[in-house]
Amino acid sequence: MASGVKPRIKAPKKATAGEAVTLKTLISHKMESGQRKNKDGSVIPRSIINRFTCEFNGKSVVDVTMESAISTNPYFEFEAVVPETGELVFTWYDDDGSVYTASKKVAVA
Amino acid sequence: MKFKQMTAVAALALAMPVLALADADDDKLVINEELELVTKTAAPAHLDGALDEVMSGWHFRSDNTQTMQMDDFDNPGMLAVEAAAEAWETVEGTEGKSCASCHGDAEESMKGVRAVYPKWNDAAEEVRTLEMQINDCRENRMGAEKLKYTSGKIVDMVALISLQSRGMPVNVAIDGPAQAMWEQGKEMYYTRTGQLDLSCASCHEENYGNMIRADHLSQGQINGFPAYRLKNAKLNGVHARFKGCVRDTRAETYKPGGADFVALELYVASRGNGLSVEGPSVRN
Amino acid sequence: MEFSRRDTLALGLGAAALTVLPFRLNAAADDAIAAFTGGADVADGGVTLTAPEIAENGNTVPVSVEAEGATAIMLLASGNPTPGVATFNFGELAGAHAASTRIRLAGTQDVVAIAKMADGSFAKASSTVKVTIGGCGG
Repeated sequence: MASGVKPRIKAPKKATAGEAVTLKTLISHKMESGQRKNKDGSVIPRSIINRFTCEFNGKSVVDVTMESAISTNPYFEFEAVVPETGELVFTWYDDDGSVYTASKKVAVA
Repeated sequence: MKFKQMTAVAALALAMPVLALADADDDKLVINEELELVTKTAAPAHLDGALDEVMSGWHFRSDNTQTMQMDDFDNPGMLAVEAAAEAWETVEGTEGKSCASCHGDAEESMKGVRAVYPKWNDAAEEVRTLEMQINDCRENRMGAEKLKYTSGKIVDMVALISLQSRGMPVNVAIDGPAQAMWEQGKEMYYTRTGQLDLSCASCHEENYGNMIRADHLSQGQINGFPAYRLKNAKLNGVHARFKGCVRDTRAETYKPGGADFVALELYVASRGNGLSVEGPSVRN
Repeated sequence: MEFSRRDTLALGLGAAALTVLPFRLNAAADDAIAAFTGGADVADGGVTLTAPEIAENGNTVPVSVEAEGATAIMLLASGNPTPGVATFNFGELAGAHAASTRIRLAGTQDVVAIAKMADGSFAKASSTVKVTIGGCGG
C-alpha cells in the first residue's frame, strides 16, 4: 500500500435531474514512472495508479486507463449526468494492488 | 562553452518568438473566487529605492500555472495542508501531546503567525524560522524527535501554518534584536559568489522580468512559500529553494537550517513586507 | 533529459536534424494508435485537444480533450519514452465527452488525441507542445 495516499473530490451537493455537473478529482500519489534511476544507477521500478473510475448509482460515468505520463498527484476534471438522487463513487487502482475510494452524495431536487 | 551558449541563444530566439514580453502581468490573484491577495505593492522603505514596486512571484508564471493557485481544490499544495491538519491532531512524543493539545484549533491559534516569521525569540536569544520553532516545540514540549529541516512533514506543517496567515501582509521586524541578522542577510543578498559570480540581486533585483533561458525571472520574493513547484511536483520550503539557487550560481551552497540561510530568509522576507502571505503557492 | 535538451538546441540550428528524430520516436506512438483503432482510418477533426503552446514545466502540463459523441478518447505523447498517457472511456452517465488532466512531457513533442466515435469511426487531433529547460534548474 503506497503511503499517505489521499483522494479529494469536488462535486456539487445538489443538481437538477438530467443536469450535467462538473467533477474534479485529485489524489496524492507519487506516480513513480519507472524512468527514474537510483544513485547507484538501478532503475526505480514503476509504481503508479493505473486506473480511475467514477460511477453514479452503479452506472459508469468514466473509466480511465492511466499510464506513467500522468503527473504526480493525478488530477481529472470531467462531467457526469445526474438523473436522480444518489451517490458518486470514485475508485483508484494502484499497481501494487491497493484500491482507494471516495464517494459523494448528490441530491436531485 | 561559448558555442553551446550561442546555440542556446539562437535556439531560444528562433523557437520562442512569443516571449519578447518582459514584465510581470497585471492579473489579479483571487482565491476561491472570494479572497483577493495583494500581489503588488509599494516597496518597503528599507529598500531605499532599489525597487519601486514589490511583486509576488505569481505574476511571473504562465496563465495555466497561475490558475492552479486560484482554487484550493486545483492547488496540489493543499494536499500537504490536509496531511498536516491530521498531523496537528496526532499525539507524538514522550509527553503524550499533539500540537492541538496546547494550540487548540490551528485556524485560531496560528492566525497571523507566518506573517511575522522569521522573528526574534527572546527566551532562546536567536532569530527563528517557522521550522525552527516547530522543532523546538516538538523537542522541548512534546518530547518528540525533531523533524529534518527539509522533510515533507515539516514543510506540510509550515504550509498549514502559512495558510492561517493567507491574505495578511508580510510584516517581519528588521530592527531591535533582529537587526544584526537582518544586516547579515542583506550583505549575503548583495554579495557576488561562485563560478558565475552572481549575487541574489544580480538576477532578482537587476533582472527581474527578463528571461533567463526559458525561465521568467521573478523578484525572488518568498511571501508565497512554501511553494508547490511543478518541476518536482511537491512542496518546497524556503531554505531548500535557497540551497538550489545558490548551487545553480555554481557557488558553494549553504545548509538548510543553518545561520546563513536564517539570516537570508529574514532579509528576503523583509523585501516582501506588504505583500500578502499566499499560503501554499504554485510555482514552476 | 540530456537528449531532449539537444533537440531543443537543434531546433535553432537546422530543421534537417529535427526531421529525422520525431519520425523514429513516433513509431511506438503509431503502434499504440493501430492497437486502439484496429488499423481503421483516422479522420482529422471531430476531436478537440487543448494543450499549451509552451509548457511552463514538462513535469505538469495541463491538457484537455473533447469529442462530442465519442465513446473513448486516447491521449498519446509521441515523444515520451512510452507514448501512452491515458485512455478515457465514457460510460452511460458521462456528461460532455470531455476530460482534463495534467501530464508529463519529456521534451518538445506532439501530443495526440484519438477519439473513438459511437459509430465505430475514429478522429484525431494533435498539438505541438514546446517543453523548455528553465535557467534556474534548482
